[in-house]
Amino acid sequence: MPAVSKGDGMRGLAVFISDIRNCKSKEAEIKRINKELANIRSKFKGDKALDGYSKKKYVCKLLFIFLLGHDIDFGHMEAVNLLSSNKYTEKQIGYLFISVLVNSNSELIRLINNAIKNDLSSRNPTFMCLALHCIANVGSREMAEAFAGEIPRILVAGDTMDSVKQSAALCLLRLYKASPDLVLMGEWTSRVVHLLNDQHMGVVTAAISLITCLSSKNPDEFKTCVSLAVSRLSRIVSSASTDLQDYTYYFVPAPWLSCKLLRLLQCYPPPEDGAVKGRLVECLETILNKAQEPPKSKKVQHSNAKNAILFEAISLIIHYDSEPNLLVRACNQLGQFLQHRETNLRYLALESMCTLASSEFSHEAVKTHIETVINALKTERDVSVRQRAADLLYAMCDRSNAKQIVAEMLSYLETADYSIREEMVLKVAILAEKYAVDYSWYVDTILNLIRIAGDYVSEEVWYRVIQIVINRDDVQGYAAKTVFEALQAPACHENMVKVGGYILGEFGNLIAGDPRSSPLVQFNLLHSKFHLCSVPTRALLLSAYIKFINLFPETKATIQEVLRSDSQIRNSDVELQQRAVEYLKLSSIASTDVLATVLEEMPPFPERESSILAKLKKKKGPGAVSVELEDGKERGELNGGGDRGVPDLTNALSTPSPSADLLGLRSAAPVSGAAPSAGSLLVDVFSEAGPAAASAGVNDDGFLRFVCKNNGVLFENQLLQIGIKSEYRQNLGRMYLFYGNKTSVQFVSFSTTLNVQTKTVEPLVEGGAQVQQVINIECLTDFVDAPLLNIKFRYGGALQNISLKLPVTINKFFQPTEMAAADFFQRWKQLSQPQQEAQKIFKASHGMDTEVLKAKLLGLGTALLENVDPNPENYVCAGVIQTKAQQVGCLLRLEPNAQAQMYRLTLRSSKDTVSQRVCDLLAEQF
Amino acid sequence: MIKAILIFNNHGKPRLSKFYEHYSEDTEQQIIRETFHLVSKRDENVCNFLEGGMLIGGSENKLIYRHYATLYFVFCVDSSESELGILDLIQVFVETLDKCFENVCELDLIFHVDKVHNILAEMVMGGMVLETNMNEIITQVDAQNKMEKSETFIFQSPRQDR
Repeated sequence: MPAVSKGDGMRGLAVFISDIRNCKSKEAEIKRINKELANIRSKFKGDKALDGYSKKKYVCKLLFIFLLGHDIDFGHMEAVNLLSSNKYTEKQIGYLFISVLVNSNSELIRLINNAIKNDLSSRNPTFMCLALHCIANVGSREMAEAFAGEIPRILVAGDTMDSVKQSAALCLLRLYKASPDLVLMGEWTSRVVHLLNDQHMGVVTAAISLITCLSSKNPDEFKTCVSLAVSRLSRIVSSASTDLQDYTYYFVPAPWLSCKLLRLLQCYPPPEDGAVKGRLVECLETILNKAQEPPKSKKVQHSNAKNAILFEAISLIIHYDSEPNLLVRACNQLGQFLQHRETNLRYLALESMCTLASSEFSHEAVKTHIETVINALKTERDVSVRQRAADLLYAMCDRSNAKQIVAEMLSYLETADYSIREEMVLKVAILAEKYAVDYSWYVDTILNLIRIAGDYVSEEVWYRVIQIVINRDDVQGYAAKTVFEALQAPACHENMVKVGGYILGEFGNLIAGDPRSSPLVQFNLLHSKFHLCSVPTRALLLSAYIKFINLFPETKATIQEVLRSDSQIRNSDVELQQRAVEYLKLSSIASTDVLATVLEEMPPFPERESSILAKLKKKKGPGAVSVELEDGKERGELNGGGDRGVPDLTNALSTPSPSADLLGLRSAAPVSGAAPSAGSLLVDVFSEAGPAAASAGVNDDGFLRFVCKNNGVLFENQLLQIGIKSEYRQNLGRMYLFYGNKTSVQFVSFSTTLNVQTKTVEPLVEGGAQVQQVINIECLTDFVDAPLLNIKFRYGGALQNISLKLPVTINKFFQPTEMAAADFFQRWKQLSQPQQEAQKIFKASHGMDTEVLKAKLLGLGTALLENVDPNPENYVCAGVIQTKAQQVGCLLRLEPNAQAQMYRLTLRSSKDTVSQRVCDLLAEQF
Repeated sequence: MIKAILIFNNHGKPRLSKFYEHYSEDTEQQIIRETFHLVSKRDENVCNFLEGGMLIGGSENKLIYRHYATLYFVFCVDSSESELGILDLIQVFVETLDKCFENVCELDLIFHVDKVHNILAEMVMGGMVLETNMNEIITQVDAQNKMEKSETFIFQSPRQDR
């Protein structure tokens, strides 16, 4: 008998679905759906009480409509009502609706929890399973709070049915993942571990997922599971193919469970107990042996299941990385799979070999397969597989084969799929740099990259080649010669023009002796590309031209003429026009000495991690570049924010800010964005240009930088720099403001007004001088808006008006509070009303470095509590905000998720506005 | 962990979608479309694994799929799952559906969404595998059907069934 007979079911539902399917157009479908929604709505609202059957039917219709992609905003209440029905079908539909549609609507959750509670205590296994499923599906915090204590009891109780145990195990796992702090295993630990010995394989299957997750978080508490897992595995592996009856899948005994057991063992180092280890090695050998046996069935399912176990066994062998014998066997096995006719196996073999390549025992063995892998890269039909081949080539690359691998990857690039080109380019660039013995090979490789796949060469790649050329003087002449030759090609990529412009601008003199590349020839070559390039490249070329004037005085007249032409000096693009004007002026006014100083050769870049590597990591996640790490390069400064890349050619002119303004394009202008050091000179030269009046809008970005620190530069423009120093104690604070005049001209009528009272400042600020202002602060009650500071002064003739938010935030009045874990949790629970909590989930906008995070949290003013959160990755803090009116206790929890690059921040305090404000402020800091 | 289980037909019409992580309804629909787009352009006989789309976490997740006649069965999983294991799981799911519906076809999935959800719930719970033994799954489903039968008969009222 089929389990579902086709005739029965709900006629009304079937008719509705048929109607929808018969709709000729999207419009007709929407019309039909809207009609149905109106019908259901009126039925639900109507006076007549609906019977269970009708409710079930309408809820089913809603589910169907939802599946078609329409929002459902009602019916939740009816679904909840179905939960309390005694009829299985109604209850089941109610639960289904809730699992699919409810996420965490707090009012409903309470009702749902009630129904669940009843079902859990009903002792009816079917109802219990439904309830457990519902908890696992919704998995909200409220549910965890309500049931985290109950479920372990159900899981280990002697009289619980097997099917309920299975559900309870996975339900508990779900709650643990969602709210680890609420699931306290303690007393249950050993009984849960012993579920590995359960008679019922289904129970073991479900329990092992739970145990694996718990073990990976608390390896020590669960380490007894290792010997149990080994003996279970050994029993399965050595059983005949019929022993396990229903759990034998196409002649393979319990493949799923075997895989999971092998995964669990990967949470631990090799067993220390000799007997256990011996037994495990035996298992692994048996699995490897079985791979060589003739198949018991021709069906693909049979080989799939067998190989699933084999691949997990190999993963475990690689994870242990201690048995050279097994490692080599694993490598040979994978080698066989590399040429298997099943695409899936080739894919997995390439993937596993990638991890194998980083083991010292097997690196050499992996390298023997290089030809096969290169062949795979060239001939595989499936791009997923080709990508794995490229990954493996990258992983197996070392000094001995770098030239071959880079050459192969380069030639593959010409025909590679668009989707993977950028990544390939990054990999080639990294390998070329990492294994470069002579840097001319490196320069050649990168220029080839640009030639072959110029569109996919990201900024990081060509910045890097320039950094390296500048830092290594043995390659500069060669680089100049090579780019010069590359630029001769009739059509060359814009990235080539950029590299060419930069390098010739710096080192063109090294090849100028040859009449074929005399200064004028170099200039004409560059300038012939000028008109085909985009604005940023043209701007770069203009900078190269001014460098030429310094390098080769004989080109001055020609270049000045170019700069003076209307297409430059009157260019509609502000940036280009400004550069043309300024460079022209600079070249005609400044003396040779000044020119030589200003346009000096770029200083070497500080040695640091390649920015390309950071980019690849960002693209692939940390796992993909593991090869790099073994070289001892710590991934300390992964945050791209600190990378300056290649500064403007005219770096002496540009601001010293580390804001990664790579080519000086985003700053106001390379010249008038004067740095304090070189500033005076240049402002003199260009004083008639006069900086534009400062904007009057309120400046916000400085403000947020001060949430976690007290001192620094609050504001800076071409004229004025405002520094800030502040100190806080209890509900009082004192802030020193320093107004620095960056120009050589005095500011007159200088005044500042604060929307709270302040002492006045000196009305005159001399050029180059600094005045100071002190502000005393008292926090009366909690607040959101920061005080506004308005600064007015006259510079030259123009009135300047600047509005700033003073960085006084509620967290400045924090007093750190140290407390023990138990206290923390007790207080946390006390603050459990919904309005007392504020939570934000947001993407990391900076690196997730532990030390930086800690520094920020301490800067916030709270105490950082160690050993409180069960998960060591998380941070918890506590503090009291002191205001004159009251004290507000505040607890904080920050959960970083490095994989997803996300944070969850939760604030609880006795005052809702405080929770919200601190949460908002802090969320901007990461 | 299994992040999502999607079934859609050759034209991308969803027939079942089950997400084990919370996404907004909009995002869910976009994920279905994106996944369909990724999977449907692949030839037959290429490998059954590929990197997940951007919306569902990019290369951190894998899509593991099988194509049966008019339907694609796609499991989106993270790196803790065995690829071949999941392929087997898809096979078990399909064989179970086939037993429950007697030669399952797309129409069965359309008209019995709730049943399909029930069957799936017996295999996967909260993104983890609950049971892989087909007979055990079918026994559970049968028991539920029996309960259902005994109830239908009491309260069905075909007159007002519209």
